[in-house]
Amino acid sequence: MHRNDFVRQLTSPGGDRRRARAMHIDIPLLLILLVLCGIGLAVLYSASGESISYIKRQATFMLVGLISMIAIAQLTPRFWQRWSIFIYLGGLLSLVVVLFFGVGAKGAQRWLDLGFTRFQPSELMKIAVPMMISAYLSNHYLPPRFKHVLIATAAALLPVFLIARQPDLGTSLIVFSSGFFAIFLAGIGKRYLISTGLLAVAAIPIMWFYVLLDYQKQRVLTLLAPEDDKLGAGWNIIQSTTAIGSGGLGGKGWTQGTQSQLNFLPESHTDFIIAVLAEEFGLIGVLTLMLVYLLLIGRCMVIALNAQTMFSRLVAGTLSLTFFVYIFVNMGMVSGILPVVGAPLPFISYGGSAIVTLFSGFGILMAISTEPKRI
Amino acid sequence: MLDNAAFSDPQRERLLFARRLLVGALVTVVLSIVLILRYFDLQISRHEDFATQSNKNRVLVRPLPPQRGLIYDRNGLLIADNRPSYDLTIIPERTEDMDQLISDLSELIDISERDIQRFRKNLKRRRPYEQTALHFNLSESERAILAVNGHRLAGAETSARLDRYYPFHDLFAHVVGYVGRINERESQNIDPVKYSGTDSIGKIGLEKYYQQQLLGTVGSEQVETNARGRVMRVLEKNPAVPGDNLTLYLDSNLQREVYKAFAGKRGALVAIEVETGGILAMVSAPSYDPNLFVSGISQKNYDSLLYSKDRPLFDRAIRGQYPPGSTIKPLFGLAALESKAISTDFTIEDNGFFYFKGIERPWRDHNSAVGGHGSGVGLARAIVESCDVYFYELGVRTGIDMLAKYAAEFGLGHTTGIDMPGERPGIMPSRAWKKGARGSSWFNGDTINVSIGQGFMLTTPLQLAVMSARIASRGDVRTPRLVKAINGVDLNADSEIGKIDIDQRYWDYVHQAMKDVVHSPHGTARKINHNLGYTIAGKTGTAQVISIGAEEKYDSSTIDKRQWDHALFVAFAPVENPKIAIGLIVENGEHGGLVAAPIAREVFDAYMQSQQPASMANR
Repeated sequence: MHRNDFVRQLTSPGGDRRRARAMHIDIPLLLILLVLCGIGLAVLYSASGESISYIKRQATFMLVGLISMIAIAQLTPRFWQRWSIFIYLGGLLSLVVVLFFGVGAKGAQRWLDLGFTRFQPSELMKIAVPMMISAYLSNHYLPPRFKHVLIATAAALLPVFLIARQPDLGTSLIVFSSGFFAIFLAGIGKRYLISTGLLAVAAIPIMWFYVLLDYQKQRVLTLLAPEDDKLGAGWNIIQSTTAIGSGGLGGKGWTQGTQSQLNFLPESHTDFIIAVLAEEFGLIGVLTLMLVYLLLIGRCMVIALNAQTMFSRLVAGTLSLTFFVYIFVNMGMVSGILPVVGAPLPFISYGGSAIVTLFSGFGILMAISTEPKRI
Repeated sequence: MLDNAAFSDPQRERLLFARRLLVGALVTVVLSIVLILRYFDLQISRHEDFATQSNKNRVLVRPLPPQRGLIYDRNGLLIADNRPSYDLTIIPERTEDMDQLISDLSELIDISERDIQRFRKNLKRRRPYEQTALHFNLSESERAILAVNGHRLAGAETSARLDRYYPFHDLFAHVVGYVGRINERESQNIDPVKYSGTDSIGKIGLEKYYQQQLLGTVGSEQVETNARGRVMRVLEKNPAVPGDNLTLYLDSNLQREVYKAFAGKRGALVAIEVETGGILAMVSAPSYDPNLFVSGISQKNYDSLLYSKDRPLFDRAIRGQYPPGSTIKPLFGLAALESKAISTDFTIEDNGFFYFKGIERPWRDHNSAVGGHGSGVGLARAIVESCDVYFYELGVRTGIDMLAKYAAEFGLGHTTGIDMPGERPGIMPSRAWKKGARGSSWFNGDTINVSIGQGFMLTTPLQLAVMSARIASRGDVRTPRLVKAINGVDLNADSEIGKIDIDQRYWDYVHQAMKDVVHSPHGTARKINHNLGYTIAGKTGTAQVISIGAEEKYDSSTIDKRQWDHALFVAFAPVENPKIAIGLIVENGEHGGLVAAPIAREVFDAYMQSQQPASMANR
């Protein structure tokens, strides 16, 4: 590590804002994140059947996440730019290892058992892929040439396929979109965009017949007609839309949602937690959460626009757009407009590694936001 | 290619990025609006529909398990009852900490590791807010302890349930069988809807055979719950329909007499009502208490039953297969007469040994030691005195095909079709059977062995009783039945399903010979004829457990008691108008006339007494 990797500590004479800047903390970002964590814990308390132990564990994860975020923010974007290729390669290697030696649950192999803890390489790739592609593309003149686009695409698709093999469709979708956003933001030509779009449409039948597994196809079919399979895959969607719809404008009140409290709602504390929020706090609750999310994304986009280097811009822009994909996929699937893939709702769903990953991403954004101006 | 693009233009790059990020922001806003519209659609436009739907979810449908059908004997005495028992159940949704609760409960009452394992397994296949049993059959004091400590045992409850109870304990164990907890294998073969709320199933005996009828139809109640799942009120009740009640042909008094007669012995007796084919008594001794199995037998108790030398779990009446010995002589006599192989005038000279042409080694009579039965032995005498040599000759003359044909008509060599599970078919050997089972052809020597009920031949006590009933009724073929009526409606299973075609003269002849077995001074069962107020026709039998060579002599003093001969007896009474027919075996009882026949006398006495209670009292 270079001495330069640590941002020079400016001796700042007074002012909270400046002191925060010295600690590499973006105050608006931090405040929004804390509000989200608060909402998350409140909803989780109800969704877990008022379990204190769930809240304790989730709060611990959040604390660990906050600490990693602040730690990551202390390193300069230049450091991350230089190391992104190695993080990416390390992540790729562990994805291969996980296919052979991974442990997991419910038929999927996602974890590496390190003895003292378990590590999910696909989580790492959610950050490593946008960083590595941003670093690669920003090393060349923009807009990128065909060769560079090709290499960047390959670098994105490789982990996407490895993760899809686990199988973990939700995460591979996130990683894919992060790669796509990085290339898109780098200014890839409109001709490429249109032809890529056409290629994607052409790939649909191939995906359907050769790539998707039966249960994944079933989920798509279920989306189109959930009533056909009331007790099987359709059950989740019927119960979650019922929960959301019965919440109405103002909701049934905290911990009073019958759908979730009577255990009709499956996965109510993980992927389907938005249904609990929608049932108990109504449309007002949903809109409030959306507002907080959009504020967060807006703040991230401002950070991206004000960033000092092309690398920083690309990483910040990519992470903010990707963050929206999380929200859209989760809220879309629970409300029945997207097929069910495993995708948690950021900061609200129960789950340790997802939260730590999210905070780490925002740590990089904080590092970018507090990078000193280059003259 | 190295045109002006080679010149880096940070300002241009920055502008391009900003434009692209703006596009991204616009898409984000548009998709956010899509999401908001979707939630608006669900929560505002279609709120009413979903609110109704969600309210329906608050209405739980709970199963009401039916009461299992009762079983009565022919006199209306209850022999399988339902009694309330109390279980300790847990509703996990209402517990704070399951492990803590279980350990708290373990301190109060005795909960085994097996209880906990079964509980955890059952937890996985239950519905939300359904109670799961942790411990069965709480005693009165355990219930009191739980009631006192109830306030600190959130989620644990005492729930009442009806359990099977057999008031006669071991008396009907083999016939009625027992119910037990549904095991994993059974749960895969049953319709979970029909069995919801029911956790026992007939395992053996009538309880198993009539499981469908005894089960009843599950009912349900719709209850409204609050957000915590606690029942607020019952909306609709659809009561369960109790299972069908069975009335048996069995007579408890007769059954008890039979069981008493077998005290300290091993064996089985089946008594059939000749007119109907109904089973009057069916005992396999020793027996066991079926109540042990109802809520799960302990391993220790089960092992002691399973590994007992006397095999109390083994239903000898329908599963025990023994050589019938001389008890089949009347049957073979009828077969020989009807097929014209011999006539009633045919006699032989018996000096104790039977030589067959081409075979050096002779067949021995059971009384060869005293020089056989002498000269002028006809069929009647051969039955009365049980002359083996006569039957060797008869067998050879009649031939195995004819013997097998008639044996089958009298119910041997195949299952009788009684309404009980697990009946064994026995063996009536024939040419085809030997080819299939042994892969060799039939020899005359085989016929000679079979003609006195030895060799390959095997019968169950039930088959002996059926044979006896068919002789008694002069050829009426009826399937033996245990259940007389279901819910008081007679099954009419007593209608005759066939007739064995044998000349009346031969029936008379053989009935007389069987009567003389008991009543004549030479009869092998003459011991039971003193002070007899009615007539009995019978035939004794002795079945070899170990084979005795032609030159050897069977001597009980030199062999282990468990290898002593089995004593058999078939009989019916009264001879003139047969009402009851029996088949019985006493394992290692040695001699039919001395050990088996007296049991028959006791049973007949009890039966005849029950038939005319008024006139007996007047005398």
